[in-house]
Amino acid sequence: MAATANLGLIALTRFGYGPRGDGDVAIAASDPRGFLKAELAQPGIALLSGATLPTTAAAIDQFTRDQAARKLERDQLATQQAEDLARGKQLAALGAVSPVFAKVAAADAAKAAALLANPPKSAPKPPSPEQLIFRDEALARLRRAIEARVGFAERLVAFWSNHFCVSANKGGIARATVGSFEREAIRPHVLGRFSDMLVAVESHPAMLHFLDNAQSVGPNSKVGLKAHKGLNENLGREIMELHALGVGSGYTQTDVTNLARILTGWSISNANGKEGVPGTFFFNAATHEPGPIQLLGKTYPEDGATQGQLALLDLARRPETARFIAGKFARAFVSDQPPPALVERLTHVFHDSGGDLRALTFALVDAAEAWDAAPAKMRSPYEFIVATNRLLGHLPEEPGQVIGPLNLMGMGLWTPPGPNGFADTAAAWASPEGMKLRLDYCSQVASRLRDPPNPSDLLEALCGAKPSQQTRDAVRGAESRQQGLALLLMSPEMQRR
Amino acid sequence: MLLPHPSRRALFHPSRRALVSGGSALFGAAFIPKIASAAGARDPRLVVIILRGALDGLASVGPVGDPDYVGLHGPLALQFDGAHPGLPLDGFFALNPGMPVFARMYREKSALVVHATATNYRERSHFDGQDVLESGMPGPGFTESGWLNRAIAALPQGDRVGRLGGLAIGAATPLVLRGAAPVVGWAPEVIPTASDELARRVLALYEDSDPLLARAMSQGLQVDRIAARDMGADRRDKGGPGSPAGMRQAAQGAARLIAADDGPRVAALAFEGWDTHAGEGGATGRLMQLLGGLDGAFDAFQTGLGAKWADTAIIAITEFGRTAKVNGTVGTDHGTGTVAFLAGGAIKGGRVVADWPGLKEAQLFEKRDLAATTDLRAVLKGLLADQFGLSPAVLGESVFPGTIGVRPMQGLIA
Repeated sequence: MAATANLGLIALTRFGYGPRGDGDVAIAASDPRGFLKAELAQPGIALLSGATLPTTAAAIDQFTRDQAARKLERDQLATQQAEDLARGKQLAALGAVSPVFAKVAAADAAKAAALLANPPKSAPKPPSPEQLIFRDEALARLRRAIEARVGFAERLVAFWSNHFCVSANKGGIARATVGSFEREAIRPHVLGRFSDMLVAVESHPAMLHFLDNAQSVGPNSKVGLKAHKGLNENLGREIMELHALGVGSGYTQTDVTNLARILTGWSISNANGKEGVPGTFFFNAATHEPGPIQLLGKTYPEDGATQGQLALLDLARRPETARFIAGKFARAFVSDQPPPALVERLTHVFHDSGGDLRALTFALVDAAEAWDAAPAKMRSPYEFIVATNRLLGHLPEEPGQVIGPLNLMGMGLWTPPGPNGFADTAAAWASPEGMKLRLDYCSQVASRLRDPPNPSDLLEALCGAKPSQQTRDAVRGAESRQQGLALLLMSPEMQRR
Repeated sequence: MLLPHPSRRALFHPSRRALVSGGSALFGAAFIPKIASAAGARDPRLVVIILRGALDGLASVGPVGDPDYVGLHGPLALQFDGAHPGLPLDGFFALNPGMPVFARMYREKSALVVHATATNYRERSHFDGQDVLESGMPGPGFTESGWLNRAIAALPQGDRVGRLGGLAIGAATPLVLRGAAPVVGWAPEVIPTASDELARRVLALYEDSDPLLARAMSQGLQVDRIAARDMGADRRDKGGPGSPAGMRQAAQGAARLIAADDGPRVAALAFEGWDTHAGEGGATGRLMQLLGGLDGAFDAFQTGLGAKWADTAIIAITEFGRTAKVNGTVGTDHGTGTVAFLAGGAIKGGRVVADWPGLKEAQLFEKRDLAATTDLRAVLKGLLADQFGLSPAVLGESVFPGTIGVRPMQGLIA
């Protein structure tokens, strides 16, 4: 990379999803910090809605109805088969006494045999509602990231969504709601308060489902005593370990179990409507563990769902949480090993502002350490694919063009391998196999462009006047436009940020 | 040359520099005359499978003979009889019925189970637990290198195992195999391969500007060539590391690559999906299917390694076990003691190695988990000592630092 810092390029790549090839690098260079803050100043910049994007309740409703319809179909088929079998037996029995019936029975048998040998080609099953919703949500998210001027707000959304991740691979409900979860629990708060996001996330049906809390029952609750059901501490543990305090910050197994107790009853209202609007948060007093419960040395008296809300608010305020979040935030945007002074400063900003995420974000933008000339981070597959589409000015019409390659590169959209989300370090993404897959992807993208642009022009748009000599030579020396584009996409300027 | 085809030579030429400096395995092998394998000496191989998510050892290998087992593990408990009987290992333990291949290997005395085992980690965070399991360090927070990589690096200069390095299966290298010793990676392929010419140019660009990317790229390309040579159409992705088909396929790929004379002798794989908090299933259901995937992987290794199976040891390990008692959602929460599965022609099998702690409340760890009576690191050290001849001092200082007191387990290798 060039030795002198190209601040416009840094603004767009380190904080956003990369240049779009429209001259913004030069514009950003005149006031890079102002350029970033201007995007965040737009009202509702992180919100996303659309006619094809249902609320969580509507998504769960579509899923539930479809499941019921499928079950009915299966039941009817089973009944039909039982009737056919009975008729065949009846005819066969009659055939023993009358040759006429024997003929009918034989004809039926022949028909059945023919059917077995050549089953009628059933039409391909239409996609399920949860698949359709997932695709619409994915497309809306991708298009937003590709179209945004900087993409800083979208990077923040991706960061927090990965921090509080749920996975569509959990099952149908998760697949149907993973997109609305992000729109309802993450996006409204990325420039708001951490505590608001924490409560919104932990009470959201998608999270209650993903980490099994909707099924957790207080052992001494009405249902617990009657049905001998009990706790599931999955959500309680991950809140302590991954969402708020961070692992190894001093809490105990008892704290984990007690937070799980406090959160019993936090569930999802069912389809019959007696628990409120189906598919929304429902506090089930019958499964909630009664009595006061201690957490991290403080006693929370019994008070319905408020008990859990107060516990979460306290977790959000703790100094361990400030340190954990500040460190992860700096690592995600600046460096795999962020400067300790930067982490220290962000910790104070987070703590002193009461978890104000706009203040945290602005402090990052204002930090000198965040503008170091050498790009320290490796782009994740998602960041790389979005950046590629931005540079090529390509807005996907259907999400498979992006979902497929993401799966291939080991970063399937909204399907992290565990509740800790995807890694954000070079060690995870700059692997031999990962680089080979990126090469194959770039080759395919470049070779499929119908009217490939001049790669040297694109390089100029990417880097302004300052690409590295090596990348410039490689792109100029390419034997075809396609090869030049693939080289450009594989260049360190595109792979790193 | 490893690959005499002209276009491939062109591809490989620039990477040779990276190899000399970065120390890559497959390529270096081409310059070493094959003497070692000719003399009929052992040619040991070691495969480590990480089961991410914490495997329920009590539903994988059930202590059916323990009077408290069925009461605690409830519907997840295995039994010797009933509609879905476990596969009897001895009069006390039954194997989950999802693992018939492992049961056969056990009967043939080339598989064994270590039970009531765990690392020294006693908290219950997956990620910290995996860090300790894979880094081999005394506590979490160390993710620079893994014990398997350091074992390779600790071998004397010129040793075949050290020279050929490690093989990482999947899009990312598992921590256990990360570090200074050379490692190559491979994952099933789902899109067409870029041309050799483009690959050569990208590599040349990185060598001039970005050493880290250059090293990763050159290694990725080499492994892909070997896979293309040896595997043809079997390279397409079948479902990933959390699916039974994906587990078998990963093992097939690994087996072919480490069976090659110029292939690595050490491999690491990671399978996912073992975090069974709800609807775990016991002798039937989700856990049984996942164990079927692991079983398929053992099968694929035996088939794919052919004659090389005789000197191979495979071990499947997990970060910790799960609660002895079933939770409120017919699953289990994070626990402590669990099992390790060992298989391979080199394993002195046909037995369950366990100092059984019992399942009475007072015998459980913190009144909730199967206690760990065997240090898993002793098992791992035993394998490394007997397969590769690493000394207790090296194992206790550089491979598993600070564990001189944990003696390598003897007699795991036949």
